Amino acid sequence: MNFRTFAAFVGPSVFMMLLFIAFPLLSVFKQSFYITQPIYETVEVETCTPGFLTQTCVTELKSQPVLDDEGEIVTRTEFVGLQSYRNVLEPERAWRAVTEGNWSTLSTIDFWKALRFTLTFTLITLPLVLGCGLGIALLINSAAGAIRGPVIFVSLLPFIITPVIGALSINWLFRGDGILTALLEWWLQRDIALFAQAWTIEILMMFYRVWHVAPFAAVVFYAGLQTVNQDSLESAVIDGATRWQRLKFIVIPHLMPLIIFVSMIHLMDAYRVFEEIIGFSSQAYVISLQWLTFDYLVPDQAGNRSISRASASAMLTMIGIVILLILPLRRTWRDHKGGH
Amino acid sequence: MSSRALRQPLSLRLTSGVFLAIWCLVAAFPIAWIAIMSVKSPVDAYDSNALNVILGPATLAAGNGVSVLDILFGIALIWGMVRLITRVVPGQIRSYCAPGQEWVGWVIGVLVSLLVFLLAALVVLPAVLGVLNPMAGALGRDVLGLTTEHYRTVWIERGFINNFRNSLIVTAGVVTVSLTVGTLAGYGLARSGSTLAFWILLIALIFRALPHSVLVAGYLPVFINSAEWLAPILGDNAPTLYGKPFAVIAVLVAINQPFTIWMLRSFFQNIPAELDEAARVDGCNHFQAFRRVIMPVMWPGVITTGLFSFLLAYNDFLVTSLLLDAQNQTMVPAIAGMFNRETTTTDQVVAVAAAVSIIAPLFFLVMIFQRQIVSGLTAGAVKG
Repeated sequence: MNFRTFAAFVGPSVFMMLLFIAFPLLSVFKQSFYITQPIYETVEVETCTPGFLTQTCVTELKSQPVLDDEGEIVTRTEFVGLQSYRNVLEPERAWRAVTEGNWSTLSTIDFWKALRFTLTFTLITLPLVLGCGLGIALLINSAAGAIRGPVIFVSLLPFIITPVIGALSINWLFRGDGILTALLEWWLQRDIALFAQAWTIEILMMFYRVWHVAPFAAVVFYAGLQTVNQDSLESAVIDGATRWQRLKFIVIPHLMPLIIFVSMIHLMDAYRVFEEIIGFSSQAYVISLQWLTFDYLVPDQAGNRSISRASASAMLTMIGIVILLILPLRRTWRDHKGGH
Repeated sequence: MSSRALRQPLSLRLTSGVFLAIWCLVAAFPIAWIAIMSVKSPVDAYDSNALNVILGPATLAAGNGVSVLDILFGIALIWGMVRLITRVVPGQIRSYCAPGQEWVGWVIGVLVSLLVFLLAALVVLPAVLGVLNPMAGALGRDVLGLTTEHYRTVWIERGFINNFRNSLIVTAGVVTVSLTVGTLAGYGLARSGSTLAFWILLIALIFRALPHSVLVAGYLPVFINSAEWLAPILGDNAPTLYGKPFAVIAVLVAINQPFTIWMLRSFFQNIPAELDEAARVDGCNHFQAFRRVIMPVMWPGVITTGLFSFLLAYNDFLVTSLLLDAQNQTMVPAIAGMFNRETTTTDQVVAVAAAVSIIAPLFFLVMIFQRQIVSGLTAGAVKG
């Protein structure tokens, strides 16, 4: 295939990716160093109230946005350097909190709070997803052929439903006196409020995520289990290997590429954790990095969006993505080099 | 298991059966439960006794219920529909459609079956049962509380039908455009071993990992001010891109593109290259070879990729909630407004009904396309 044909085939797709992914990235990078604000001017306003004999007049200084000829607010964009980053990170306060070893102060700063939750969430759910996925795959694999189809159907449901709705459905089971909270209260004989402190919400969120992603892992591993070499399994039985040893020395090494694949996908997706915050309405207790950017982008009561702060927090989120991707990218690069 | 040596002892089989049952319960319970809640009166839906939620005494007391006969007929209808879709429809499609165009048949078939189902469930069944119930005696008496009033509130009073239409526009646009663009690119990438193709795939992988909020932060200022910077090109009637469905379609297509091209590439790699080489020997150029030889055999891969594009567009919350205005809102962001506003328990159950309405189409999607979804999940994995 010569270059012109290749370009004709790939062109539209590359063009879209450049226009809607690469260009916004550059523009976010630029925005994070600039800030756009309305220009304010201080004017002397004299307010008079009618009184007997003479009017009572008060003069005061008021600051108000400058309007242009059409009555629109004039805005000015200026270069502020790292100011937006400083607003997001609050390095002085954070550093003071770290040196004093005062973690509760650190977690009052939104960014660090979000970073802490995002990392904990990603790292804790990863082994759970892999473990549950492998377990479910083994269970399906050992089930009778006739029930495999329906079981896979049921297993796919949590994976396929809208994430926000999935989180909401779990939320509704526990919120207030939801049915499962009622069950827990009856079992433990005490009052339980699952949405009154951060750690219970975090556990529910992690449960939701494992529930949502484990089917994906299970289906991938199940496909992998079909290609395990039966002969080596049989020879292992003859050699006297227990079930556990067979799993550890034959099945898991065979599934290793798939385990790496699932971990990579899960790391990328869990780092972007967002829908859980919406579904559990947990912004007062728990927030994530992507939600932080989202929150800056949502207009506040005055209708302003803090674009530059959102850009700064977006760029900081990107650093994490880069770190996450270094290993898999190196692997792809080596495969490419080896393949040619 | 083929070999006797690998057969599991009974105890292990039982344990694994029990665990499998537990997993199925965990997987289905939250979804099934909100489906049950959505058809009960608020008092029943939030009852702390599970049996009351299922049987719905308060709903029954309010005069909304179904009899044993209703339930039997309902189950028969659903069973009949499932048989129809899984057994009859595929045969019909095969006999009516030219090979290579089965997907048109599938789309029409699914739409027609849905229409038949809705017609039977909402028009025919109530009429028939209205006659039968009084005659059946004890079987015809209401035993289970069930009400559709929350669905009526959501769809008619709260105008959810507009959100549904917007969702339909956005998803249809995203699936069509992203498949058209992605199929070409996937084919090009699969057949070219050049370094450029490798770099495009690598960069696409990086793009796939980007948080969507990063991208939206880039679009927002540009979209809001687009009337200004488009004015020199388009004149006075330059559109404000913010709030327009087509702008969101373009954004979602681009966000989805990395995933689409990776997936389609792996499907095209499974189509033997000898096929289009033979066509080239017979005098086709690359485009003709693609159109005449590859297009007829690529549909399984395209349908699978289309399913995942559909899911992305349909399930998206972040992009649609930030880039669409209230008028053009799709279903998923609309529900966020509903449950944030929730004040009374009635409002909450209405939000539950809206949630169930959103996931119902997905349920049918899994039922029909289970095989394609599984093959799609594994296709990416095999190639890495």
